[in-house]
Amino acid sequence: MESVVKQKVLALNGDEAVAYAAKQSDVDVVAAYPVTPQTIIVEKFSEYVANGEVETEFVCVESEHSAMTACLTASATGARTFTATAAPGLALMHEMLFVASGCRAPVVMAVANRALSAPINIHGDHSDTMAERDSGWIQIYAENSQEAYDSVVQAFRIAENMEVLLPVIVGLDGFTLSHTLENVHGLPDGVVRKFVGTRQFPLVTSHEGKPVPFKLDPEKPITIGPLALQNYYFEFKRQQEDGMTNALKIIRQVHKEYAQISGRQYGDGLLEPYNLEDAEIAVICLGSTAGTVKTVVNDLRAEGVKAGLLRIRTFRPLPVEGIIKALQNVKAVAVMDRSMSFGGHGGPVFHEVRHVLYDVSEHPYVVNYIYGLGGRDTGPSQIREIYEDLQRILQTQRVEKPVQYVGLRE
Amino acid sequence: MTTQEKGWKEIPPAGVCWKPSTEYLTGDWKTYKPVRDLEKCTRCLLCVIFCPDGAIHWNGEKEDIEFDYDFCKGCGICANECPTEAIEMKLE
Amino acid sequence: MFSEWKFTAKDIAKKPDLFTSGHRACAGCAPATVLRLVMKAVRGPTIATNVTGCMEVVSTIYPYTSWAVPWVHTAFENAGANASGIEAAIKILKKKGRIKQGQIDVIAFAGDGGTYDIGIQALSGAVERGHDFLYVLYDNEAYMNTGIQRSGGTPHGASTTTSPAGAVIPGKLEYKKPIADIMVAHEMPYVATASPYYWRDLITKARKGIEVNGPAFLHAFAPCPRGWRSDPSKSIELSRLAVETCIFPLWEAVNGEYQLSAPSKVIALRPDREKPVKEYLQMQGRFRHLFTPKFEKVTEQIQRITDERWQRLLKKCGMSTTA
Repeated sequence: MESVVKQKVLALNGDEAVAYAAKQSDVDVVAAYPVTPQTIIVEKFSEYVANGEVETEFVCVESEHSAMTACLTASATGARTFTATAAPGLALMHEMLFVASGCRAPVVMAVANRALSAPINIHGDHSDTMAERDSGWIQIYAENSQEAYDSVVQAFRIAENMEVLLPVIVGLDGFTLSHTLENVHGLPDGVVRKFVGTRQFPLVTSHEGKPVPFKLDPEKPITIGPLALQNYYFEFKRQQEDGMTNALKIIRQVHKEYAQISGRQYGDGLLEPYNLEDAEIAVICLGSTAGTVKTVVNDLRAEGVKAGLLRIRTFRPLPVEGIIKALQNVKAVAVMDRSMSFGGHGGPVFHEVRHVLYDVSEHPYVVNYIYGLGGRDTGPSQIREIYEDLQRILQTQRVEKPVQYVGLRE
Repeated sequence: MTTQEKGWKEIPPAGVCWKPSTEYLTGDWKTYKPVRDLEKCTRCLLCVIFCPDGAIHWNGEKEDIEFDYDFCKGCGICANECPTEAIEMKLE
Repeated sequence: MFSEWKFTAKDIAKKPDLFTSGHRACAGCAPATVLRLVMKAVRGPTIATNVTGCMEVVSTIYPYTSWAVPWVHTAFENAGANASGIEAAIKILKKKGRIKQGQIDVIAFAGDGGTYDIGIQALSGAVERGHDFLYVLYDNEAYMNTGIQRSGGTPHGASTTTSPAGAVIPGKLEYKKPIADIMVAHEMPYVATASPYYWRDLITKARKGIEVNGPAFLHAFAPCPRGWRSDPSKSIELSRLAVETCIFPLWEAVNGEYQLSAPSKVIALRPDREKPVKEYLQMQGRFRHLFTPKFEKVTEQIQRITDERWQRLLKKCGMSTTA
């Protein structure tokens, strides 16, 4: 049983915290392109390189598409890679995200969640990463800069785990987290180094007929990224899904190990329930909004209302069992979505929570609140109104509007 | 050309190829095959160099050129480029 | 700067193919010859990468592979970025002592599809950053793998499926983008053009590109019998005619200094050896419409542009023909 390590308190914003975590994690190659609100990550990292503080090859690529490509091929060559982006950059990488997960490259990427154009908006919402939920990437959403730091360190272990071998996105809300100064407890360099370890490679059978490490090595050549026709493509996709299934277990394991060293945990690593055991009404959300919801829950509890919060930390793979278990006693749930799925009758998280609960014989009312698009602030009073809505639903036993908008001027 | 196809648990991850293409014989593609006149041939090796499929080899032991009909697709480049017209494309 | 590697035809013939038989390219595919010959120029541990295109598809139909070297393919527009990632990894892993090999060369292969148009950004970026790799453009002058659509490398007057020769329009109206000159303008260490008929010149240039410290660009002319509607047995002959008509002259630019290569130098010194473009065009079905009364002016235009570009090249090489 390892004891909690002594840590330094640093004044860092989310971007700086992420860059610092990458710095400590023995990253070999960083190929990145600046985009608001992630620019500080790239700038900070460039500073580390210029000062000789990291042993990392920093490739200042000419676009995000090339950033993901370079990370992918560097990873295929055996390097531990890291990059960062946000909305339009992530959208530009879209093609390569699928390729990275298809090639089982354990790339770690921080996404400073930002709204997708048009119209152009540089502020925070989840439309960028939600648009990539089918891409085969693990998605972890941080509530604060501390968690962003912790999650990046954990991400390398999760991605490189032989049973997973999938790339990981760590999302942190644009500006709210990326640019806001926080007290971040940083682990000592040596501790992080030991935690992330050296990258290991699974053995694969090559065309030379012998098992060789899964990397581009002239002494043990392999071919990565072939044309797989109708007779094989499906099987490779099934393999990726297997990696996702294993990730549920591995994320929890890595989170537990990290918690023992850092003294910090976020639920079980997949989900963070807050006052949920006896809650009758609950809100589900991702990211920094959870912080605001927690304060509202505290107020409501003080007034005797049985309110709770379920923060989804890991959105992909979707913690189906965890969600069912967490909500088993809740009677009405409001899912807050910081993105839209146009024409889809609600947002993506709403869809997924509803579908998870469909198989449960007795499940709560589930309603949706689209909020915070384009960085619109959502305050405690608005969240309180959501809880009041839930109370009304329970009183009337009726849902008037399954999908609503918070803070939208009608 | 079919092989017993493997399930998703048996194939290596990420589509790493596990067969060299030299196991895939493209020789049955051809309609015409190159036939060499041994007297006209000067062993200049241009045919060996130009063949898109590497289907013509220099056999060091025999000190002579060999056509690998397992891979020859019958394109006729060798016949066209031979400086002494020593190669003729004959119907298979 | 260069090792001045000397080799005989027998040396080349004896070297085992690193781009092996059993690939599924069409009969008479000159790009396949180009790849085979470039791989003969390999000098040691090498990692290769292709972008989507004919050569990638024919050489890696799962579970078969024609690559005896480590090889990766990711997408279509990113040959430059592919190479950048591999090279960066090699650099840092060597520094950290996790790669024991001395020198690992990186070669990126792309067609005109993946270079002139969709791939130019990644190529330009990789060259600007100065990564140490050789970029081989196998130019069959259209998006052949998807069915002969026009590219920035398709020449004026050629009929493709997206620039077909019709009743009113004689094929592609635009001109072939001078990609190699664009690369010279990047002030990169080594740019060269090559043609598979001139195999010695091609292999020598490929080796130079590998040896150079920094980015190198090899523009290899590669006739496609399918897309050009030419006889499969004539692919290498066409690659010779292209040089003899000055449609595709052979040259190198070492640190920006242009130098004509022997096969084109011969023509510069003896202009009577230059063949009229008609000889080249008439062998290809994609130019067939130019031999009708309605469009014969296009042939004259092609000759004119060829002459102009040839003269401009001669000037850059510090030569001029006695007109």
